[in-house]
Amino acid sequence: MRYEAPKSLQGAVALLAGATGETRVLAGGTDLLVQMRADVVDPDLIVDIKKIPETRAITEDRGGWRIGAAVTGAELKEHPRLKQAWPGVVEAANLIGSTQVQGRATLGGNLCNGSPAADSVPALIAAGALATLAGPDGARDLPVEDVMLGPRKLALRRGEIVVSFWLPPRPPRSSDAYLRFIPRTEMDIAVVGAGVSLTLDNAGTISAARVSLGAVAPKVLLVPEAAHAIVGTRLDVAAQQRLEAAARAACRPIDDKRGTTEFRVDVAAVLTRRAALIALDRARTS
Amino acid sequence: MAENGTNGPSGTNGGYVGTRTIRPDGLDKVTGRARFGADYNLPGQLIGRVLRSPHPHARIVRIDTSKAEALPGVKAVITRDDFADQSSEFIPAGEMLMNYKDVVRNVMAREKALYEGHAVAAVAATSAAIARRALKLIDVTYEVLPHVIDVVEAMRPDAPLLHDDLFTAGVEPKPEKPSNIAKRIEIVLGDIEAGFKKADVIVEREFKTAAVHQGYIEPHAALASVSEDGSTELWCCTQGHFIVRAHCARLLGLDIAKIRVTASEIGGGFGGKTVVYLEPLAIALSRKAKRPVKMVMSREEVFKSSGPTSGATVKVKMGATKDGKFVAGFAELKYQAGAFQGSPVQPGVMCAYAPYDMENVKVIGYDVVSNRPKVAAYRAPGAPISEYAVESVVDEIAKKLGLDPIELRMMNAAREGTKAAYGPKFGPIGLEETLNSIKKTEHWNTPLRKWQGRGVASGFWFNIGGETCASLTINEDGTVSLMVGTPDIGGLRAALTNIAADELGIPYEKVRPIIGDTGSLGFTFLTGGSRSAFSGSMAIVEAAKQIKAELCARACKLWEAKPDQVEFSNGAVRPLGELAEKIKPMTIADFAKVAGKTGGPIGGYGRINAQGAGPSLGTHLVDLEVDPETGRVTILRYTVAQDAGKALHPAYVEGQFQGGAVQGIGWALNEEYIYGADGKLQNAGFLDYRMPVASDVPMIDAIVVEVANPKHPYGVRGVGETPIVPPLGAIANAMEAATGIRFTELPMSPPKVLKALKERSAGGMGAISRPPL
Repeated sequence: MRYEAPKSLQGAVALLAGATGETRVLAGGTDLLVQMRADVVDPDLIVDIKKIPETRAITEDRGGWRIGAAVTGAELKEHPRLKQAWPGVVEAANLIGSTQVQGRATLGGNLCNGSPAADSVPALIAAGALATLAGPDGARDLPVEDVMLGPRKLALRRGEIVVSFWLPPRPPRSSDAYLRFIPRTEMDIAVVGAGVSLTLDNAGTISAARVSLGAVAPKVLLVPEAAHAIVGTRLDVAAQQRLEAAARAACRPIDDKRGTTEFRVDVAAVLTRRAALIALDRARTS
Repeated sequence: MAENGTNGPSGTNGGYVGTRTIRPDGLDKVTGRARFGADYNLPGQLIGRVLRSPHPHARIVRIDTSKAEALPGVKAVITRDDFADQSSEFIPAGEMLMNYKDVVRNVMAREKALYEGHAVAAVAATSAAIARRALKLIDVTYEVLPHVIDVVEAMRPDAPLLHDDLFTAGVEPKPEKPSNIAKRIEIVLGDIEAGFKKADVIVEREFKTAAVHQGYIEPHAALASVSEDGSTELWCCTQGHFIVRAHCARLLGLDIAKIRVTASEIGGGFGGKTVVYLEPLAIALSRKAKRPVKMVMSREEVFKSSGPTSGATVKVKMGATKDGKFVAGFAELKYQAGAFQGSPVQPGVMCAYAPYDMENVKVIGYDVVSNRPKVAAYRAPGAPISEYAVESVVDEIAKKLGLDPIELRMMNAAREGTKAAYGPKFGPIGLEETLNSIKKTEHWNTPLRKWQGRGVASGFWFNIGGETCASLTINEDGTVSLMVGTPDIGGLRAALTNIAADELGIPYEKVRPIIGDTGSLGFTFLTGGSRSAFSGSMAIVEAAKQIKAELCARACKLWEAKPDQVEFSNGAVRPLGELAEKIKPMTIADFAKVAGKTGGPIGGYGRINAQGAGPSLGTHLVDLEVDPETGRVTILRYTVAQDAGKALHPAYVEGQFQGGAVQGIGWALNEEYIYGADGKLQNAGFLDYRMPVASDVPMIDAIVVEVANPKHPYGVRGVGETPIVPPLGAIANAMEAATGIRFTELPMSPPKVLKALKERSAGGMGAISRPPL
């Protein structure tokens, strides 16, 4: 097995594009190393992207925020202003694993692990985040909801890596929230995840919203019908009910060891409503 | 917490028993210096790995190891052919029975693989990577057979048969056909039919519990080194290295004296490390390779291939008069044994009604094999399952009669002189005291809100004594080396050092306790049955008695005194009467200095078969809250009261209470072995086998009740196992209080809870006992 830690994007892209055999990109390693130890993957080449400056920075960019793909959960949490603008994204990233895992786990890794239950992904999708990719044919941006195609399947082309995420500018009276269901309090994986981002107008009516659901389909879902159900409302009880119905309708979960289909659909509706109410409360006071 | 003190009395000798001395093994554990099973290494060691069956049930037609043997770096490959068969013979193993015919088949499959993860071959190679590659080169031809996982399905006449020589024991006449039912047992006291006729209220329920794993953090690990003459050294993580030695000697045809086993520090066992898995394989590989062989299980192997405890189906029928007197109790228990017979159904049967004074009891138990890993002991084996069912029904009787659940238990509590359904008359026991302590807590008297519920349940466990050795050696400078042969799992060294320091009247810090290897002491049964502090302290009292007698004898010689002119007290031999005016007392250190001139080294050696273990009873109180929209349960508050007889070291007694409660919380709420239709375990890891994490549980309050055990010099009872018995019932009762629904299936995981809540609100057939608060 070969381990490489290039210091530039070009270096990483060249290694990946020229690789033969099984290749894996290493960010925090909280999924990859576990999979290797469990004999699930046995890569010939590992390309560690943590030495590439673009993957490690949090910067303000075009009125929004740019977060490097290899920035850790702990770094997100300790950033002084990011959490004010995007509390839902930061809390979602901070739900991954434990305190120790937070020192390693990254947004890029969480997305590229290709799990429909990834905690940070519904929050990024609700936020309208773009993933910035670098590859042999240059850079491109993809909405986060278009990066994952299915379990362990990504839209990345050969030699491409996720370099960073861009979160758009925040209008006044905007906020977000992410909730997940686990039977425990931590060290667990989402049975259902729900991310909601919304903006209020001067009168306190929801003028824009995005809703995303995790662990209820082969990939993390953007649910425009759920957003539609609450835009133009103040999230009164009727709007909440429409929101729940839209969330329910979007779910296509499996029955497995982590929860039944029926349970996941029920809980997805509940968490979507609860996340929306939290986001609303935050937007009012932001 | 009973006291705040963290240290024994300083400056004075004696008085350590009952105080919170600092554990002698603590520093090495918090600094990482302590050596656990996988921390042992030897020069030239090989890495051993096990090939395991991917099938839950398959005949092993052929095993071809030639390609693996030819791989460079592979030094040995073993299969069933490397182990001689064993005859069928049941021998007692602590609280369970074992049979070497089954043990040899469990450590290495012979005719058939009987569960997914069953060992089929093992290799030793110069690196883990080569060993892994070698496993892939072993060619096993399986004839896949139909499998059966569920206990009730396994009992059906047409179920796939695991063993064609298994005929149900305990039924007359002997069955003509083999089945998966290994044994039927029954205990009867009085006449239940007559009892039920006297009942004003009868409650009958059927319960189901899932197989759960002990969940020790440290995976099994072993390092074996066999020399050319067969002398064998083994380092391993175990609850009983003498037992490991006995098993390995038998399975490998070695003289016991040829094997020396050293127990590592242990990262949890809870009964699961009372049997062998890797140890005989490591020795067999080392013998073949003539190099040391190290083996460590992965977490997946721990789940798939080491013993959980039984899942079960339990029927309970109890009758009471309108005043609340229990007049009859019936139960039928069907316990999974795993692939080989020997579930803990026997203790389950015996414990079911043990907390109560009842005239009419009948309990029937079935021991049933299925295509699951063979169960191993788990903390009070069998008792949590049967007592959970009974405690749930007791709660329901209290509700039906409008009685306080503590008062109802108090009215029926077993006490000194009660004849237990399983045979004996109890000596002094502390159930009433624990009920009283719970009733007096602020916890019991605090109001709750909607969707919160409070539950109470009691529990019983026998405890055992058994063969035990301990030595005390006076060193040249007067310090003392203490040695016992039971691995220290829950603070044993601190507890025993308290006793040794008090017995010899020396400072705690002057005693250094170690766990001796099998060459250092006589046969000592394992740490299990809540016996290590009980039996070990008795052996130490015996060893100290010998030292005191020896020192008095030496003083008599030195002082030309008669035996009645000297006595040992407070760390010294003291002259009595007129002799006291002429001669100064001699301390242990004084004797140590002149040991060579007065008869040689000084020491005591306790070799006992400890008798008189007193049962320990406890009562648990729990508050929880249910999220009605998701079915998620949060434990809000928890109090344990249990009879310790005498707490040698209160902090570690409380630790046992808390640890048992936490394991019970996991068992009640989320833990379960989940099998697919393919007979394979789907959640062989801590991510999906959902044990509680620290943030899932509140601080658990512990009330140490002390009703002295008259058979022990300090009044000690075992305390380690009872704490896992009441939680399942207490939590189920709290769930009923919070939701109005009587849950009869464990775990009460969120999907199950939400479904029951939905069925009730839809007016469905959910078991509704009353509307929510």
